[in-house]
Amino acid sequence: MHRHPPVSDSAPAAVVVEDLHKRFGELEVLKGVSVTAHEGDVITLIGSSGSGKSTLLRCINMLEIPDDGRVVIGGEAIALKKTRGGASVPADARQVERIRTRLGMVFQSFNLWTHMTILQNVIEAPVHVLGVPKAEAVDRARMLLDKVGILAKADSYPVQLSGGQQQRAAIARALAMQPKVMLFDEPTSALDPELVGEVLRVIRQLADEGNTMILVTHEMGFAREVASKVVFLHQGRIEEEGSPDKVLTNPDSDRVRQFLSRHLSGAA
Amino acid sequence: MGTAMTVAVAVSAFAFGILVGSIGASAKLSHSLALNVLADVYTTIVRGIPELLVIYLLFFGGSGVATAIASAFGYDGRVDLNAFTIGVLAVGLISGAYSTEVIRGAVQSVPFGQIEAARACGMSRWLILRRVLVPQTLRFALPGLGNVWQLTLKDTALVSVTALAELMRITHLAAGATRQPFLFYGTAAVLYLMLTTVSTALFNRAEISANRGVRRA
Repeated sequence: MHRHPPVSDSAPAAVVVEDLHKRFGELEVLKGVSVTAHEGDVITLIGSSGSGKSTLLRCINMLEIPDDGRVVIGGEAIALKKTRGGASVPADARQVERIRTRLGMVFQSFNLWTHMTILQNVIEAPVHVLGVPKAEAVDRARMLLDKVGILAKADSYPVQLSGGQQQRAAIARALAMQPKVMLFDEPTSALDPELVGEVLRVIRQLADEGNTMILVTHEMGFAREVASKVVFLHQGRIEEEGSPDKVLTNPDSDRVRQFLSRHLSGAA
Repeated sequence: MGTAMTVAVAVSAFAFGILVGSIGASAKLSHSLALNVLADVYTTIVRGIPELLVIYLLFFGGSGVATAIASAFGYDGRVDLNAFTIGVLAVGLISGAYSTEVIRGAVQSVPFGQIEAARACGMSRWLILRRVLVPQTLRFALPGLGNVWQLTLKDTALVSVTALAELMRITHLAAGATRQPFLFYGTAAVLYLMLTTVSTALFNRAEISANRGVRRA
C-alpha cells in the first residue's frame, strides 16, 4: 500500500526530460532517457550503482550538462549549445541560475557550508539570490528548521550536528528557496542506519504535503511507500517504469526482479 | 622612523603579493595552458633566484621598463620610480610567488560539494566566489599566508640596498656613525622580533576566527 495517489497525466508537467544522453569520456552513462514529472508527482529513480540514476538527477539542474536531449522545467526548455570542441554548455548561464532557484537539491553528503551556522546556511540563498529581506528570511528559516526538528541547532555550525541533523538542515536550506521541485540524490546513503529514519520521516512529510519530488534512493520500502511512480534504470536506459505496486511487486523485467530480490528489505 | 617605513613597505608588499598571488593562483588553476605556463614561469623564476637579485633587477631595470611602458602610451620623459615603489614591487613580487602557491593549494582544499551546493541554489559565479569560495579558501590559506607575511617582513631588510630609509638602512647608518654596531644591530633585531611576534599573534587570532565551525567552538 502506498500513501501517494497516482498523479493524473493531465496535471501540468513540472519536469520533462527528453531523450537525454550523457557521456563521461568514452563511457556513455545515459543512453536516451525520457521522464516526465507532473506537479505533485513523487518519482523515485532506482537501479544498481552505475545505472545512471544520479547522473540523470544531476542533469535536471545542470550540475551535469547533457550531451544531447532536452530538459524542460515548468514549461521552459533549458537552452544548450555546443562549443567548437563539441562539448555541450548552457547557452545562457543566467537562465540556468534562474531555473536552479526553482529546483531544490539535497545531496548525499549534505554539502552544508561549513563556515556558516545552520541558520546562515538556510537564509544564504534566499537573501543573496532571491533578494528576500533578511528578517523575513530568518523568520521563514526558523519555521523550516522547526519543521525538520532542529530549530535548537539554528546557531550551531554543521560540524556540531549529527549526519541526520545535517541532512535535515540541508533539506531546510533547499526548501527555503520555495522550489517547485525537490531533487534528492541518495539522501540517506551517507547516514548511519539509526539516523536514516529521521531523514525519511521529513521526506515522507514533504511527499504527503503534495510537493513534487524526484528521488534517487536505495530504500526500496520507502520508495514503495511514497512514490507515485518508480523508474528503474539499467546501464543508462529505462528498464521499467510504472506505479510502485507494479514495478516493485510484480515487475515485467527479470533484471528488476533480480535487483529487488537483492535490495527489497521491506523496511522503510 | 625606520620601523614605520619597514612596516609600510612590508604591509604594501604583502598586500600587493596577495593580489599577485590571487591572480597567479587563478592562472595556475585555469584551463588555459598559456596562463598555466605563464604562472609557472613567474613562480619558478622568482622563487628560484636570490631575493636580493630580484631587488637589484627591479632597482636597475624598473625605471627603464616603466619609461618604456610610458613612452608606449605617448609619454616622452623619463619615468623614475622612487625607492619605496621599487621596494614594494620587488618584495611584493617575491611575496606574490609564495602566495600564489599558498592560495592555489587552499582553493584546491575547498570541498567541491560546497561549490556544487551553491550552484544548485542558483548562485552566480561571482556570488559563489564571494560568499563560499573566498571565505573557505581563507581558512585553508591563513596558516600559509602567515608564513609568507613573516618572510615578506624580513625581506624588506634587503631593500636597504636601495638606500630606502627603512629599519635596516637606518640601523646600518647609525651603527657606522656611532661605532656601536652591536647596540644598534641588537636593537634592530629586537624590533624585528617584536613586529613578527605581534603579527604572528594577529594571524593566530584571524585563524581562530576563520576556523569557526571547523574546530568545535
